[in-house]
Amino acid sequence: MAVIRDVMPAFELLQPGSAADAQRLLEQNGEAAWVMAGGMDSFDWLKDRIKKPRVLVDLSGVDELRGVRVTSDGVEIGAMTTLTEIANHAEIKKNYGVLAEAVSLVASPQIRNQGTLGGNVSQDVRCWYYRGGWPCYRAGGNICYADTPVGRNREHAIFGGDRCIAVHPSDSVPALIALDAKFVVQSAKGERVIDAEDFYIGPQDDITHINILKPGDLLTAIRIPATFAGARFYFEKVRDRNVWDFPLMNVASAMKLSGNNIDQIRIAVNAVSPRPMRLKNVEDAVRGKPATPETGEMAGKLAIEGAKPLQFNAYKIPLMRNLVKRSITGVREATWTS
Amino acid sequence: MDFITWATSPWGQSVPAHIAWGLMWVAVIAGFFFMVAHAIYVAVVTPRRVAEKISQAEAAAVPERVPRHSLAARLFHWIMAVSMFALLITAFLPKVGVEFNWVLYHWIAGLLLTVSVIFHIAHSSFFLDFWSIWPDRQDVRDSVNRVLRFFGKPAPPPKRFAKYPLENKLYHGVIMIAGLAVIVTGLFMMKRVPSILTPRNPYLFSDFTWGMIYVLHGLAGVSFIALIMVHVYMGIRPEKLPITKSMILGWMNRDFYLEEHDPQRWAVKPEKKRSYAGSDAD
Repeated sequence: MAVIRDVMPAFELLQPGSAADAQRLLEQNGEAAWVMAGGMDSFDWLKDRIKKPRVLVDLSGVDELRGVRVTSDGVEIGAMTTLTEIANHAEIKKNYGVLAEAVSLVASPQIRNQGTLGGNVSQDVRCWYYRGGWPCYRAGGNICYADTPVGRNREHAIFGGDRCIAVHPSDSVPALIALDAKFVVQSAKGERVIDAEDFYIGPQDDITHINILKPGDLLTAIRIPATFAGARFYFEKVRDRNVWDFPLMNVASAMKLSGNNIDQIRIAVNAVSPRPMRLKNVEDAVRGKPATPETGEMAGKLAIEGAKPLQFNAYKIPLMRNLVKRSITGVREATWTS
Repeated sequence: MDFITWATSPWGQSVPAHIAWGLMWVAVIAGFFFMVAHAIYVAVVTPRRVAEKISQAEAAAVPERVPRHSLAARLFHWIMAVSMFALLITAFLPKVGVEFNWVLYHWIAGLLLTVSVIFHIAHSSFFLDFWSIWPDRQDVRDSVNRVLRFFGKPAPPPKRFAKYPLENKLYHGVIMIAGLAVIVTGLFMMKRVPSILTPRNPYLFSDFTWGMIYVLHGLAGVSFIALIMVHVYMGIRPEKLPITKSMILGWMNRDFYLEEHDPQRWAVKPEKKRSYAGSDAD
């Protein structure tokens, strides 16, 4: 069970100075290794003594994984770049404002100063029971404590639940999906570049892992192509309190218009499913249509098709419908309906 | 290696979660060793099985094609085989890193197995010779004689088999126990996974009882790895091919029947031209 202790369990601390060394250490230690970026998620697990890795690979000394680089086709953000640096970066604010806004709403200023983009996209799911150390499916057990007649599941999934109904909580990921970002992963076999939405795994495929990273893999950078540079963006995060809180839901969209008609669009939501959701069916439905309240209304209704509420999270259905509607037309044009 | 993976329940109790997945490889190795040992035994010993010759009158009464499995029995066997392979694939491929939406396909295959086994129980109880698959006294006597003769002790030669050899009967018994274990535990486990059939109720049993259900399901499941390996191996052995063919065609030829089976213990009715339906009732 989760008990905050005075000290973390003992582990071997490895502090590589380069990405190559880091990857090699991860390869050598396999499943025994825990990768730590900013430590914002890691220290919770370690102090609660729920995760007890034999080896901790601390990436804080790997300078080559830091910084935002403007490339011929967009930007490349090192995995160890802090959220504050991204939120304040001129190029990102100018051309990829949806990401700047998303990361500026993560947690609190202190956490954004320490937390990194790589850590934010790789953080584990949120669930009281899982993070409390209960032996649920995701923890390798044989039960979901949240999806029971008396389970506390107000924050949990309305889509994609398959034994596990915990949600992915990242604020940055929907923005990255909307921007068609690519995740760069280094392993002993070389470099892999993966679409942002394909980086994540649902519980139906692998209930104990949240992303495709295997032992020995190192997320080194996130590349954002210029496809949606300067496009019309929308990001909104709904949470119980306005600072230092995870989303009850968030939405991000990137849209290119011809006149008022939607030419290209990508929309993603998070905290509704165990993995971030790109709303491809909504994108297909609204493409070519005017960015009007009517289109937004249609998009919102389409987005919630197939949603399965639990005992305490039915509110997420109108919430999602309205957020998606707003992501098409903005706050002023979209009337909130319950 | 621990055989069971344990977890700590929310109440601080140590409860079983499931079997250690390393047992999967134990089953693979066990199945492999059985096959190697059996192949060596057959190659080296080539046991002579039969005692007396069959009279010409008896042989003349045997049809050219000896009906062995009815269409219903064969359909059951192959449907069960498909469901069993589907269950093994969906259960164990994810454990070796092949990720896919296995739970859905697993419980569907499990329900197919359940339905086919229920059919088999009813069919064999009321329409076939129920006792033909169970060892009888002659099987026990013959097996003792075979062991004595293997060790060079004096013993009368064993008789030919009835419809099913003793090994076949024993295999059926083992797979019946393992099959009923996975089916019963699997049906309970349906209360834990989302499905269209029954509302979830994970609190039907205590954590410990649930854990034991998962352990039993896992043990029976990994035992199927070895059992299926052995079954397929036996099915493709050259001297067993007529039996395998009979599970496809429904009949075996007279020469094989006269060589392996005792007409006194498995009487074959005169050949009917139209069909072999009901042959399992012989």
